Amino acid sequence: MRHVLLALIPLALLAALLVVIVQWGPAEAVRGEDYPPVERLTFQRVILEPGAIVVNVLNDGPDEVSIAQVQVDDAFWTFTADNGVVLDHLGRTTLHIPYPWVDTEAHVVRVLTSTGTAFEHEIPVAVTTPTPNARFFGVFTLIGLYVGVIPVLIGLLWFPFMKRLPVRAMDFLLALTVGLLAFLLVDGASEGLESAELLPESFQGVVLFGLAAAGAYLLLEGVGAWLRARRSSAADRSGWVLAVLIAVGIGLHNFGEGLAIGSAFALGEAALGTLLIVGFTLHNTTEGLAIVAPLARQGQRVSIGDLAKLGLIGGVPTIAGAWLGGFVYSPVWSVLFLAVGVGAIAQVVVQIVRHMTREGSVARVLATGPVLAGLFAGFAVMYVTGMLVG
Amino acid sequence: MWQLTRRSWLRATGLASLAGSIVGGARIAGQARQGNGVAHHPAHDSHVMGTVGRVAPDRFNPVTYLTAWNFNDLAPEERSKYYRETPRPDGTLLREYEIFSADREIEIAPGMFFPAWTFNGQVPGPTIRATEGDRVRVSFRNLGSHPHSMHFHGWHPPAMDGALAGQEVQPGETFVYEFDADPFGLHLYHCHTVPLKRHIHKGLYGAFIIDPRSSSGSRPPADEFVMVMNAFDTTFDAENEVYAVNTVANAYAHDPIRVTVGKLVRIYLVNVTEFDPINSLHLHGMFFDIYRTGTSLTPSEKSDTIMLCQGERAILETTFRYPGDFMFHAHQSEFAELGWMGLFRAEAPLT
Repeated sequence: MRHVLLALIPLALLAALLVVIVQWGPAEAVRGEDYPPVERLTFQRVILEPGAIVVNVLNDGPDEVSIAQVQVDDAFWTFTADNGVVLDHLGRTTLHIPYPWVDTEAHVVRVLTSTGTAFEHEIPVAVTTPTPNARFFGVFTLIGLYVGVIPVLIGLLWFPFMKRLPVRAMDFLLALTVGLLAFLLVDGASEGLESAELLPESFQGVVLFGLAAAGAYLLLEGVGAWLRARRSSAADRSGWVLAVLIAVGIGLHNFGEGLAIGSAFALGEAALGTLLIVGFTLHNTTEGLAIVAPLARQGQRVSIGDLAKLGLIGGVPTIAGAWLGGFVYSPVWSVLFLAVGVGAIAQVVVQIVRHMTREGSVARVLATGPVLAGLFAGFAVMYVTGMLVG
Repeated sequence: MWQLTRRSWLRATGLASLAGSIVGGARIAGQARQGNGVAHHPAHDSHVMGTVGRVAPDRFNPVTYLTAWNFNDLAPEERSKYYRETPRPDGTLLREYEIFSADREIEIAPGMFFPAWTFNGQVPGPTIRATEGDRVRVSFRNLGSHPHSMHFHGWHPPAMDGALAGQEVQPGETFVYEFDADPFGLHLYHCHTVPLKRHIHKGLYGAFIIDPRSSSGSRPPADEFVMVMNAFDTTFDAENEVYAVNTVANAYAHDPIRVTVGKLVRIYLVNVTEFDPINSLHLHGMFFDIYRTGTSLTPSEKSDTIMLCQGERAILETTFRYPGDFMFHAHQSEFAELGWMGLFRAEAPLT
């Protein structure tokens, strides 16, 4: 009982302090009565329907925000609000604006608050926002197949060739994989942090990114340990475990990629060219290579079925990502999944390096010619195919 | 005097009118369709351009402002606090005005508030109207937070200019401007304290009408309206978010200006739009006589569109031929869609 009390005393004092701050706070004293409120509105989602723009906004600031008027392309426009126009901290509302937008052209929606503060959102290419119907499910599935599943499976077909390579070439291939993954790590992290910047400040995008990445890393570490424990009774299958882990890591990464493609399509940006899809397809073929490299190095027998399983683990999440991105895109998802992908890949890189350095020190193994060449080649292949994506 | 702070003012009136206005959004769209002319898309009648809701009319009423000069909108006793006229031996009048400047939130579009600097709590300031040769005496008291001044267009000696160094009236101080009303025409007054752009766009301006004395001739009787083309930069980026005549965006689209078919209409049009070099007025289905600066009794041209530079003004005269709604707006489409659009509603005369 006394124990509990000792824990509660600081909490009670903290509560009292909070009351004091809120009632006679130093911030209010500085701001004074006449100080304008701090207003921050972010656009969560913008949907284009025939003859209407539907905008979901979130009050990201500390103070109350009252939406007074809406302008579209520098013209006052009527609107109705689903959830009222007075938004508390983190309050959101949906504005329906009956505006005759023009297909494939650009529009600017501006929300004006009671103080005349303006918050703008640009629609770069106006196209009707896809609704979850059979046709769009089909289209997104197809895109996912093209970009994720098929290229990864094709990459796996290098397995028989790789198995016949000498050991030094194997070192090269594993290093190549690390290079490929290192590229994805940098790429995913930069994209994730970029998306994190776009989040409402209250969501603390960068912290969210760090948390999700660390979470994914630790989760995969656990999964790896569990797989190894299950398999240890059989022959040394560490190659297989590593391959599965790589496939999972790549799958998570591809989920984030699918999300990006789906949302780009929804925003009308995918209409800009098939080059994007071609680029991702080439880019992702190398991911298949990364999955099977550890298997080839162990010289293990792997059935076609097992290969297919690995391919599906790595590729299918792209489809799910494309669906999610296309239909319910929000930047929060984007940050979360890119972070998960980054954490997963980081864990996989560590796994592979551990695998390669079982016989010696990290520095000695990494400093060999084939390994250095492989690392560089892996990074370079990704970089060059990445150029196609733009 | 108004002692409303920004926050309490918002709470007191803003939110009330806001709440009413947005709930009424759909209803307004419906009203527009019923033919006051706001909906100008016959094929897409659900697309309604314009502001949502109404401003609270209790503080500044754009309809009253149209025909208010020398405080004639106030009850006699109240009016005498701000305006007095005393006959002079030569038959002219001494006209005395009490003008004060005050910081004040004004509603420039429904639910949208602007931290204005005002003359007598309103933007545009009160219209001052004298007859050529009258003595004008304006006691200006600065109740604002910054130095201000009153600079009248028209003949006056430099001491009465309000723009020269040292002529700013400091907060809490009073200055009396005194000069003869000359020449007849349509003029304006505004604060001339630097930084000038800010002092003007924050709302310190008003119309100054000088009627011709009888020896100069006279203008025929008419329904007269004062229109000041202005705009507001609510984000302080030197670009206007809201355009209007007489401050409130789309005010006369919601409350059309009533006129009578066959009766002469006279518009006193002043342009004080800041940040854009010019503004204009275009009247649908009509033509008007233009008296630039109002300094002549002979029209200089006939048109349906007039362009005015900042600070320029003109008297327009016309007679409505047909009953019904007549749109008027800036012919810069951008200004029109950002609030500078209204309607005249012409009705047949009572027989």
